[in-house]
Amino acid sequence: MIYLIRWLIGKLRRRATSPAEPLGAVPGRDEPAVHARGERFVTRRKAAASDANRDAPALSALGLGKRFGDRVAFDDVSFEIGHGEVFGFLGPNGAGKTTTVRTLGTLIAPTSGSATVAGIPLTPDNGVEIRRRISIMPESPGLYLRLSVAENLGCFADLYEAADPGDRVDRALRAVNLADRASDACGSLSKGLRQRVALARALLSDPQVLFLDEPTSGLDPVATRDVHELIAELRRSGVTIFLTTHRLEEAERLCDRVAILNTTLRTIGRPAELRDRLFAKTLTVRTLIPLPEPGRVFADLPAVDGWRQDGARDYVVAVSDPSLAAPAVTRALVQAGADVLSIGESHHSLEDVYLELVNEDEEARRR
Amino acid sequence: MSVSRRRVRAIFRKELREYRRNRTIVTGMAILPVLFLIQPLVAVLSLGASASGGLAHEHELLYLLAIPALVSGTLASYSVVGERQQGTLEPVLGTPIRREEFLLGKALASFVPSVAISYAVYAFFLALVEIFARPGVASALLRGSDLLAQLVFTPLLAGWSIWVGIAISTRSSEIRVAQQLGVLANLPSVVVTSLIAFNVIHATLVVALGGAVVLLVLNRLGWRITSAMFDRERLITGTR
Ligand SMILES: Nc1ncnc2c1ncn2[C@@H]1O[C@H](COP(=O)(O)OP(=O)(O)OP(=O)(O)O)[C@@H](O)[C@H]1O
Ligand SMILES: [Mg+2]
Repeated sequence: MIYLIRWLIGKLRRRATSPAEPLGAVPGRDEPAVHARGERFVTRRKAAASDANRDAPALSALGLGKRFGDRVAFDDVSFEIGHGEVFGFLGPNGAGKTTTVRTLGTLIAPTSGSATVAGIPLTPDNGVEIRRRISIMPESPGLYLRLSVAENLGCFADLYEAADPGDRVDRALRAVNLADRASDACGSLSKGLRQRVALARALLSDPQVLFLDEPTSGLDPVATRDVHELIAELRRSGVTIFLTTHRLEEAERLCDRVAILNTTLRTIGRPAELRDRLFAKTLTVRTLIPLPEPGRVFADLPAVDGWRQDGARDYVVAVSDPSLAAPAVTRALVQAGADVLSIGESHHSLEDVYLELVNEDEEARRR
Repeated sequence: MSVSRRRVRAIFRKELREYRRNRTIVTGMAILPVLFLIQPLVAVLSLGASASGGLAHEHELLYLLAIPALVSGTLASYSVVGERQQGTLEPVLGTPIRREEFLLGKALASFVPSVAISYAVYAFFLALVEIFARPGVASALLRGSDLLAQLVFTPLLAGWSIWVGIAISTRSSEIRVAQQLGVLANLPSVVVTSLIAFNVIHATLVVALGGAVVLLVLNRLGWRITSAMFDRERLITGTR
């Protein structure tokens, strides 16, 4: 992490001294404000956005779709992603995530709908301009196996026309903790290490929008944590991140909002919102012995919509507002003389939301 | 549209590094020239001094023009499909690179080594002839006009083979198939140069000038057609 911070500081310094740096010329990204967080200094592009683009979303899609012949890869996808947002894009295998990333990354053309990427309309003529402002870490690393790590990154630093490519490569490598492997041939690296080289490559261009297609698949827990920290750090520095992943806890932790795709967009929102939208809020009550008349205990309480027994001594109470219902339920239980062992709000994870939606689709398909 | 030299150079340099470390390519580049050296060397070195008169009607040197045609064609036909099989096209095409820059980088990376190898082989051949051939043979063989033709036609032929090779490479999904097609597509050039070398087609100034003009036009056309055929989406998804 310390390397990343140094990297960011270095970037800040160079921005301050060289306003002619290619990406510095991008509207809204010059004059980074300095934001102190403890000992950390992070460039804040978000705060610096003071141009016409400011209110425009970093990434948007309207009715976007892609077919390969008869096969629909994804269809009717619409969303807007703000600057500096981390957007999780979830969905089962074959849902169309990678195809969406490739479409937004100008690698393939959509067959329907429209989109803007980094504030630029997605049209064939804008490909180069868009690709200047974004970078993509693809599903498979795609490294030149006969070249060393540094040679791979050096080539891409040139393709992005980065100022001071050597330095840029060093910092990208340090950001993924690979500085000591710079001269190793990529062919000699393990799967996870290659993945990290690909991530370093995506950082070379200092992108406004970063697409990460399953960045942590195949990484060990420590490397995964490092990638998570890196994503959080990039987010703080104002990079918009479009993250596809199968790790739901990762999405829940890192993403401001998530979308669940299953060819079409099934839902979109903050993880907590999705849980609330999909699952009724409930309180779970456990007593020492079964309640003699539970119907009477739970009747006519504020914010309580209904109840059911779950096993001998457990009760699930459907509520509209837990903060109102919980004290009322507690009082009613005490008044009824019940020995309460526990009372708590039940929590649904993003995984529950995901499984619910994807199972629904699966059942619909079977019918 | 402006072509970024830096990006062209990045592709070129990367390509040369990869070639150097690819044993199949290194062996291929070594074997082809040797194969085409054997016939003229044997022919010339076995000639008696009295036979040198016969050389006046042949252009053994031109036979070696097969080397730039085949070496560059083989390299070029590997260039795109090789990356496609490695899965490296997606990240490269995801950068701001334009197709012209990509193709120019690829073409140069086939052009420079094959022209360099060809000139080196000619020099080697001439040196051997000068040292080992009977007196008279060398002077009969080394005519200024042949040498000039050799120097001029080497890059022209290499260029044409490269566009053919890259065009094949962008449309293939198998390295081997692409390379075989590449050699096949360049056989006509080899046949024509051999026919001239063995005096079946008489080498005259008009033939030379006509040949040069045709090759120049073909080079220009090749570049146009190859960049028109280049389709990012097809290369990445393998469809269309
Ligand atoms: N080149 C192609 N030709 C035909 N169909 C394709 C092509 N690429 C993708 N598809 C189809 O489009 C659908 C979406 O594929 P995509 O790779 O985008 O899924 P994904 O969500 O990334 O899946 P995963 O989680 O397995 O990576 C799949 O049904 C796939 O078979
Ligand atoms: Mg995928």
